[in-house]
Amino acid sequence: MATKVHMEALSPTMEEGRLVKWTKHEGDPVKSGDTLAEVETDKAVMELVARADGQLLKVMVPEGTTVPVGNVVAWIGKAGEKVDGAGSQESGAGAAKSAPAAAVSKPAPAPTPVPKPAPTPAVPAPVAAQADATRVKASPLARRIAKESGVDLKLVQGSGPGGRVIKRDVEAGATQTQAAAPAPSSRLPAPSGVPYEDVPLTQIRKTIAKRLATSLGPIPHFFLTTEIDMERAAEAREALNKQLGEEGGKISFNDIIIKAVALALVQHRACNAWFQDDHIRYWNEVHIGMAVAIEDGLITPVIRNADLKSLREIGAESRELAGRARNRRLKPEEYTGATFSVSNLGMFDIDQFTAVINPPEAGIVAIGSIVAKAIPDGERVVVRRRLRLTMSCDHRVIDGATGAVFLKTLKQMLENPLAMLL
Amino acid sequence: MATFDVIILGGGPAGYVCAIRAAQLGLSTAVIEQDKLGGVCVNIGCIPTKALLHSAYIANLLKESKDFGVEAGDVKTDYGVAMKRSRRVSDQNSKGVEFLMKKNKITVVRGTGVLQPGKKVKVGSDVHEAKKAVVIATGSRVKGIPQIGLEINKTTVISSDEALLMEKIPATLAIIGAGAVGMEFADIFNAFGVKVTLIEALPRILPLEDAEASDTLSKSYRKRGIEVIAGAKVTKANVAKDKVTLDVEAGGEKKQVAAAAVLMAAGRAVNIENVGLKECGIQLTERGFIKVDKNLQTSTAGYYAIGDVAGPPMLAHKGSREGVVVAELVAGQKPHPIKYDNVPSVTYCHPEVASIGLTEEQCKEKKLDYVAGKFPFSANGRARGTGETEGFVKILRDKKYGEILGAHIVGADASEMIHELTVARENEYTVEEIELAIHAHPTMSEAVAQAALDSLGRVVDM
Repeated sequence: MATKVHMEALSPTMEEGRLVKWTKHEGDPVKSGDTLAEVETDKAVMELVARADGQLLKVMVPEGTTVPVGNVVAWIGKAGEKVDGAGSQESGAGAAKSAPAAAVSKPAPAPTPVPKPAPTPAVPAPVAAQADATRVKASPLARRIAKESGVDLKLVQGSGPGGRVIKRDVEAGATQTQAAAPAPSSRLPAPSGVPYEDVPLTQIRKTIAKRLATSLGPIPHFFLTTEIDMERAAEAREALNKQLGEEGGKISFNDIIIKAVALALVQHRACNAWFQDDHIRYWNEVHIGMAVAIEDGLITPVIRNADLKSLREIGAESRELAGRARNRRLKPEEYTGATFSVSNLGMFDIDQFTAVINPPEAGIVAIGSIVAKAIPDGERVVVRRRLRLTMSCDHRVIDGATGAVFLKTLKQMLENPLAMLL
Repeated sequence: MATFDVIILGGGPAGYVCAIRAAQLGLSTAVIEQDKLGGVCVNIGCIPTKALLHSAYIANLLKESKDFGVEAGDVKTDYGVAMKRSRRVSDQNSKGVEFLMKKNKITVVRGTGVLQPGKKVKVGSDVHEAKKAVVIATGSRVKGIPQIGLEINKTTVISSDEALLMEKIPATLAIIGAGAVGMEFADIFNAFGVKVTLIEALPRILPLEDAEASDTLSKSYRKRGIEVIAGAKVTKANVAKDKVTLDVEAGGEKKQVAAAAVLMAAGRAVNIENVGLKECGIQLTERGFIKVDKNLQTSTAGYYAIGDVAGPPMLAHKGSREGVVVAELVAGQKPHPIKYDNVPSVTYCHPEVASIGLTEEQCKEKKLDYVAGKFPFSANGRARGTGETEGFVKILRDKKYGEILGAHIVGADASEMIHELTVARENEYTVEEIELAIHAHPTMSEAVAQAALDSLGRVVDM
């Protein structure tokens, strides 16, 4: 029997995909795992792969068509096998939308009713659900224990049938968490080998969250601006780049800022957090999202564990990620999971701006241009290179003073880059 | 000498199921059996007793049929006829196993197998060699209590083996041991007009079941005229030619029980003698079972043990599952480990007793924070219709997470109803999922949903 090829959810948030290009054509032999087509998702161009062996019998949607997740886009089977041509229309939920040629996906007007063979049942939705990487297979009991003991099921390795998370897996996970967590003396215990810690919202936090959200969109933003003297950072950068010389891989201001933000976050874990509706997730790891402008939007590739990386590593990684982001070749795991973000419009001669938070992160810093300014220095006036930096904070997580002390650390690091070596 | 991938010693429910699974996985397989295929279960255990229990059920039903508007006249019973029917049922099942062996191209070697080192098994003068594994599934047998003069003599001191093949039944019978076997035979012989005395050493009959199950059965049996003596110590037995007199101490009182025969139903002994275990370096546990690791491998690599010889619970379905797991392991698969705390236990007396997980007494011993939800069949419409209102469903719910710690059903068809809870526990459903599943009305199974609700404090039908 021929196998249907469905439009798969290639990223956690994908609801539909545009079939950019068929890399296999009708009649081509295919093996499970072969790339059949390139699909543009909401974030990137991804590969749709075959899940069966045989021949690509029929292609149901032309290139350029946008197809909801779960719809049939092709059939794989034995050569000469007949397939049900109604494939792409089987989902009652929504027929394929064709951007360039709307007519293509429109079903031909029904001819005089002919007795049909048994209709294929409409089942694409569950298939899409299975492809959802965020879904965890767990027993009801495991779910309940996890919920009450604060274990994240996504992080638990399941040992039941098909990797299902069962009671003993959660219990093992819970003891690990307990063993790792120090005595609850301080509200924010120190990093401890676990990637993050979930702290339930206190009543006052809940009230702040609710009240502020009603006043300014779903995320109650507030903004803190500071002007930073970049003279020494600039000198350090020049020296480092001279040192690197012909080796290439020069270090940019952006790389230095990412590193400084990461290190400051290590000291101010209260800003390295996600708002999660009923709790706040304080991360022990620092993953910096770096906003990159692309042709029709923007995307934030993530520099993981940026606090642990050298400037050179950050530089190389950010160039590589930005390059692939512009070509829309990022994998979902490369643009998700940031704990804090940096947005830089300095190259566009923007003095200062405010950036919009990328939820569930609680903060983002917006970097303006570095400009030479006349600054009073005692009795004299000196010319110094200055940077205006604005932090947007999610008030449900970060209060004014919390953000201010973080910015103070960040400012000190950038004004005295040697502090980063401490 | 023939060579196989797997040689299985014993064709009972553990051995034959292991053989079929091994054959399904492409292994060349031999089963060595000295008697009939199907073992105790098919021939002198599970299957023939169920046939006899149904005869007993019909006898009891007819006695009450007048109330249902059906008069059957004088009800006469004939154990000989019931016994012969039970033999036909057993033979059918044994032939069925033979057919399954052929169907799966499994070689059946008739004879007594003795293990030899190097994964070899000697049967008579032939030696067969296993390339991958030898599986020991030799099962168990009834044991007497020779210490107090109750050696099985097959006439006045009998075991289930004799009881299952009797043409004529004694007028009076003392049964020693009120576990599943004793309970079932008490039910059978009572229905066939035998005066039965049931003697249990532990404080209550069905000692491994929940105390409320024991109580319900005690009442039911006494109502039917079975004498039940629990917490009883048989201090002395006097075995005469056609009579046995037992000195029994119970509740501080001494009394004598006289019966035409005594049925020994106080435990079973595993068949580990003359199997060649020692010669192969296979060790035993302190309690005399074959010592196995978590993969059911014995202390000698390449030799596995499954079923009764591998330790309790001594139940056919536990042995069968062990057979499947060993076959899969030998074939290089990774089977899911057996949940030994999720093996259902069933006694097919009337009313039936079926359970899974912990008893309420065990919950208390473990100091678990639990709630018992209970629903009696006397409040169940279907049960009232059939007149089967004895018994209840009891679900032990963990207070914090709603886990089903244990479930106990006493009632008609309890053996069938328990599986809802077995599946639930295997999949870690909580009491809430049981209740959420819509139960057809009117059914006995509604009592399961009601007991779940009761454990949540919101029973509807009571």
